[in-house]
Amino acid sequence: MADIDVKVRIPVREQDPKERAKNFDEVCLGYNEEEATAESLRCLNCKKPFCVEGCPVGINIPGFIEKIKEHDIAGASAVIAADSALPAVCGRVCPQESQCEGKCVRGKMGDPVSIGKLERYVADRAREDGIRPSFAPEKKNKKVAVIGSGPAGLTCAGDLAKKGYDVTIFEALHKAGGVLVYGIPEFRLPKEKVVQPEIDNVKALGVEIKTDYIVGKSLTVDELLDDMGFDAVFIGSGAGLPMFMGIPGEQALGVYSANEFLTRNNLMKAYREDHDTPINCGKKTVVVGGGNVAMDAARTALRLGSEVHVVYRRSEKELPARAEEVHHAKEEGIIFDLLTNPKEILADEEGNVTGIRVIKMELGEPDESGRRRPVEIEGSEYEIECDTVIMALGTSPNPLISSTTKGLDVNRKKCIVADEETGATSREGVFAGGDAVTGAATVILAMGAGKNAAKSIDEYLMSKN
Amino acid sequence: MFEIVEAQMLADNIKKLVVKAENVSHACKPGQFLMVRTDEAGERIALTICDYDREEGTVTLVFQALGVSTKKMLKLEKGDCFADVVGPLGKESEFVNEDIEELKKKRYLFVAGGVGTAPVYPQVKWLKEHGVYFDVIVGTKCHDTLILEKEMEEIAGDHLFITTDDGSYKRHGMVTAVIEDLVKNEGRKYDVCVAIGPMIMMKFVVKLTKELNLPTIVSMNPIMVDGTGMCGACRLLVGGEVKFACVDGPEFDGFKVDFDQAMKRMALYKTEEGRKLLEYTEGETHKGNGCH
Repeated sequence: MADIDVKVRIPVREQDPKERAKNFDEVCLGYNEEEATAESLRCLNCKKPFCVEGCPVGINIPGFIEKIKEHDIAGASAVIAADSALPAVCGRVCPQESQCEGKCVRGKMGDPVSIGKLERYVADRAREDGIRPSFAPEKKNKKVAVIGSGPAGLTCAGDLAKKGYDVTIFEALHKAGGVLVYGIPEFRLPKEKVVQPEIDNVKALGVEIKTDYIVGKSLTVDELLDDMGFDAVFIGSGAGLPMFMGIPGEQALGVYSANEFLTRNNLMKAYREDHDTPINCGKKTVVVGGGNVAMDAARTALRLGSEVHVVYRRSEKELPARAEEVHHAKEEGIIFDLLTNPKEILADEEGNVTGIRVIKMELGEPDESGRRRPVEIEGSEYEIECDTVIMALGTSPNPLISSTTKGLDVNRKKCIVADEETGATSREGVFAGGDAVTGAATVILAMGAGKNAAKSIDEYLMSKN
Repeated sequence: MFEIVEAQMLADNIKKLVVKAENVSHACKPGQFLMVRTDEAGERIALTICDYDREEGTVTLVFQALGVSTKKMLKLEKGDCFADVVGPLGKESEFVNEDIEELKKKRYLFVAGGVGTAPVYPQVKWLKEHGVYFDVIVGTKCHDTLILEKEMEEIAGDHLFITTDDGSYKRHGMVTAVIEDLVKNEGRKYDVCVAIGPMIMMKFVVKLTKELNLPTIVSMNPIMVDGTGMCGACRLLVGGEVKFACVDGPEFDGFKVDFDQAMKRMALYKTEEGRKLLEYTEGETHKGNGCH
């Protein structure tokens, strides 16, 4: 290897911003063997690895990095597989900077080790080489139903299958993967290349996935437990209905929720000529919100040929999106109108969006979240001309399961109440985790909840023997 | 895959399909809908459920081909399959959960327009089975576009009133004229009206029933993507509040629905849909640089 500065991480290759702004191919190209090995050598293999504490699913991070140093992909893959069923996904979409990498000792004197990129490297290589982690657990002869095939459900199902349970996942949509397929765009998380093989790995553990089954409608939780012989149920049904601002004009034509815009594009593949679902994305789009979903929507609209403005009421520092996503969005040419808040969506006589009236904001005293509260600057209203508005303001829980399951408690926000450690709900034998419990959060937090629930479902069912 | 066990054209562009879908037939009730997808590239299309047979595990769909995906569906025959059928979705009709003795005291008026006759059918069938009084008005453009006449007649007998816009069959005129005739001239009394059909029909029915002080339920069929409470495309203003047809509906208090706004939202994909439809029906001949 050439001389390298151990304080600096090995940069990862990316598609050129000008080029990628016009296609849906993956932005990040990942490490090759040489780069991955060089980066792995930066890991100090700490005796007390803080990085592992920072990982919601507790992957043995130094353990798999050691295997990369030894060029042992199968070994590295097996170390990760012990704790995570979705490494190629997590290596791409986890907020490592605030988790494992945020705790890395290297970070005190330079860049933390690129743990996410190394995890991705292992997962991608393992897939290309046809390496599949194998588990041959003793059969427990007990059935568990998992509702939802997103990150929480897949993780819970995978862990339970590894422990020897018969697991069936019930998925409402026609395709498994939850937010991984309907929410996160192709250019951040390729569907056929990355998501599907990881779902196939979960299936290879013996998990059955039934698509087109809506629990709460096609079947109830009670039927699963009483009539269909399931011994326990895990609810990982995800986030629900999109929120709107309640400002005038939100019903106008050309106003989307980010959920709708992304579902059309990702799940239904509206961006592809050979699929039927339409998407109307105009010449100029305003995305309202500053989270990861807002960035995904903005960068999708850009790729569909629109000029894109992100309107966010606080300043850049408060943007809830990952720094990497904001950086990528800017590189691609997305314009950020910060400290700006919508007042009204303007439409023509037919109801088509023609613009959005916004007001300038300034930051005042900190609010209960600890962030400085944005305050309107009087008289600073102006109009941004646009033909598409995408509202990326978060979601409220889906009522289908909670409203059809007797004795399942929900909180004030209508989220299912579940113990943070165990996932246990107010109903015996029913566990829950992920966005259905916490409200919109991240893939990895949902996975952590799925993992904890699998552990407590195992304990619960063992104690019943 | 979901096999089609029966296929029948009911009128020009209107087809009935009986599909094997136990996931839906197992639990569906009057008032609910389902979603289908023809093939891997297809759209998710929301359709009301016309009938169901729990023992056979089948559901009956009736649809009118309007866009690309429903045109594709017209070609489906017995033995063909849908890639996906999912449901039941939405809430069941309110009366299903009412105290049956209370319900028996009520008199229902159903107003069906065009293919809206299909979702009215399971409702009147259910009420008939439970011994509840109802009259049914079916309105359609002309004799040729009338559907499910025999089925409806079997259930409703002489409580069925058919009217055609052009007078080519039975009564002549709009459904609203029949309502006025039954209520004002014949002095029939009703407690609830259920109107299902084109948005414009429902709007005018509600305008009239408001005057008659007759509470009216309408079934909304706005654009949907997932149909399960995720995308928010089906939002409507009901009593000034944002409601989602897929989880809060599809049936709403007709007096509170903002029909004008809902009709505007229906137009959203007209251009894009129309464009895709042209490509589909005219194939390659339509493609040409810059003509979109």
